[in-house]
Amino acid sequence: MSSTEFTADRKERFKTIVAKYEQPSCALLPVLYLAQEQWGYLSSSVLEYVAGLLGLPVAHVASTASFYVMLKKKPTGKYWLQLCNNVSCTMLGSEELLAVCKEELGLEPNQTTGDGLFTLSCVQCLGSCGTAPVVQINDDYVENLNPSLFRKLLQRLKVGDESVIGEMTKEMHS
Amino acid sequence: MKRLDPSRRILLADMETKGLADCKVFESRGGYQALKKALSMPPKDIIETVKKSGLRGRGGAGFPTGNKWGFVPQNSGKPIFLLCNADESEPGTFKDRLLMEKNPHRLIEGIAISSFAVNSHKAYIYIRGEYAKAASILERAVEQAYSAGYLGKRILGSSFDLELVVHRGAGAYICGEETGLISSLEGKKGQPKLKPPFPAVSGFLGCPTVVNNVETLFTVPWIVEHGGEKYAAYGTEQSKGTKLFSISGWVNKPGVYEEELGASLKDFIEYYAGGMKGGAKLKAVIPGGSSTPPLTAEEVEKATLDMESMAKLGTFLGSGGIIVIPDQLCLVKLVERIAEFYWDESCGQCTPCREGTGWLYKMVASIEHGNGKEVTLEDIKKTGRNMMGVTICPLSDAAAMPILGFVQKFPDEFLEHIRAKRCPYGETH
Repeated sequence: MSSTEFTADRKERFKTIVAKYEQPSCALLPVLYLAQEQWGYLSSSVLEYVAGLLGLPVAHVASTASFYVMLKKKPTGKYWLQLCNNVSCTMLGSEELLAVCKEELGLEPNQTTGDGLFTLSCVQCLGSCGTAPVVQINDDYVENLNPSLFRKLLQRLKVGDESVIGEMTKEMHS
Repeated sequence: MKRLDPSRRILLADMETKGLADCKVFESRGGYQALKKALSMPPKDIIETVKKSGLRGRGGAGFPTGNKWGFVPQNSGKPIFLLCNADESEPGTFKDRLLMEKNPHRLIEGIAISSFAVNSHKAYIYIRGEYAKAASILERAVEQAYSAGYLGKRILGSSFDLELVVHRGAGAYICGEETGLISSLEGKKGQPKLKPPFPAVSGFLGCPTVVNNVETLFTVPWIVEHGGEKYAAYGTEQSKGTKLFSISGWVNKPGVYEEELGASLKDFIEYYAGGMKGGAKLKAVIPGGSSTPPLTAEEVEKATLDMESMAKLGTFLGSGGIIVIPDQLCLVKLVERIAEFYWDESCGQCTPCREGTGWLYKMVASIEHGNGKEVTLEDIKKTGRNMMGVTICPLSDAAAMPILGFVQKFPDEFLEHIRAKRCPYGETH
């Protein structure tokens, strides 16, 4: 059984994070992000570990983690496709992007492909309405999408060509 | 036609400058001069200046900023905190993102001046988790500001110390509500707290706390530099100054534009956003983010971009998130999206909101998908009315108001769905 523990480098970052806050409990979100970075998602053993580090009840840590959509309670694929379907994105074609996901990857919202490459979620407004429709892939916003661009993006990601994200990530108002 | 001359811009004046996010470039454009000036003023005078300017909170609620600062007790014996609300999540709103990505030092300068004014030595920028890019730009700018002596100990040789931390949220709309933001920063679920006590008296960790929106704090350096009267010369009686408007939807040039308060909405859509895409006919406009009731095409003709005009038309200027809806798209489907949003984002503390948002969503969805009855419309109105003014925070009202607004102003569109037992615009979902 492997023990749950931060890497040496993350132990240092943990100390730096906690030192910024008035109380260890206030550092909970950034520490959960740090844990998610290491383990990919927040399993119950990770939540217990974080609770121990910060001196908080496990129930408190689990309750906080449960509240926030960006804190993953189960693993996602390598590329987490977060498709906004709020008002402006819907008006400008987010449903067509959803259809592309289904055709290209066979994915419905909240599903992961069998090869573990893609997870699809519908998310709420990402603050990208002026460049709608938008899909957030992990931390990156890909904006001003249309079905053919999105299809190209997925096809290149499927063969491991990540440079496509950089190419399609445009500066707002640049 | 009242229209802001580009030379009189307050917020976006320097936006075209390349590399503005770098401290040196910002300094070369006169950056941090307002902070220098502020540190030579008695803090009380800064608060007076901001009161005189008439600046009101730009997050959506529009509370006078100087008054908010004036409520902070200076003799509680507890530390005072300043929290910058960068949890921009009101659908249709993307102005703070632009400010943070393009001109982060101006925000830091505004935070430093405001902290000095209220006697706070610790400030946080609470930024929504999805804005990872803006957060990393801010973190770099904060580091530069520390190195250049605009943050940290004895700022610019004065006796004023300030620590500033960039804190990322993790995906919850309710954390944009100031007490929800405080709960979240305390490491809890982002559930709002009952007021009073107001955060100014008992906020973050039970200490006096000021929570101000990004755009609000971003405006402060200009006011300190030019004086409150100069700022108050812009705008209308109740709505002073200029404001950023994020415009999206069916327009040719969506984006973020600065305009003087009191300008014509119709002209704004035509002049800045380039009018309707493909020459489409206008059906409705959401004026200030999805929480604000819509305006009909007829109302848009006479609306001006200020709080007074919007109040007269039964809606709000809100966050300035203008969403333009064309005649050929189904309103009920868009209202379904709005209803689903609030249902998804309700924190679940108060029964009228937790249950009401779900009912509203199910009822609007039933109409959109052909299962609604005429009585469903009455039930929507009844449910909405029972959700207003009865909860800890305004999310419940924010869900009910736009939905009631759409049902009241566009009843025929809902009735067409009900009578046809399907969406007359066709369903793609």
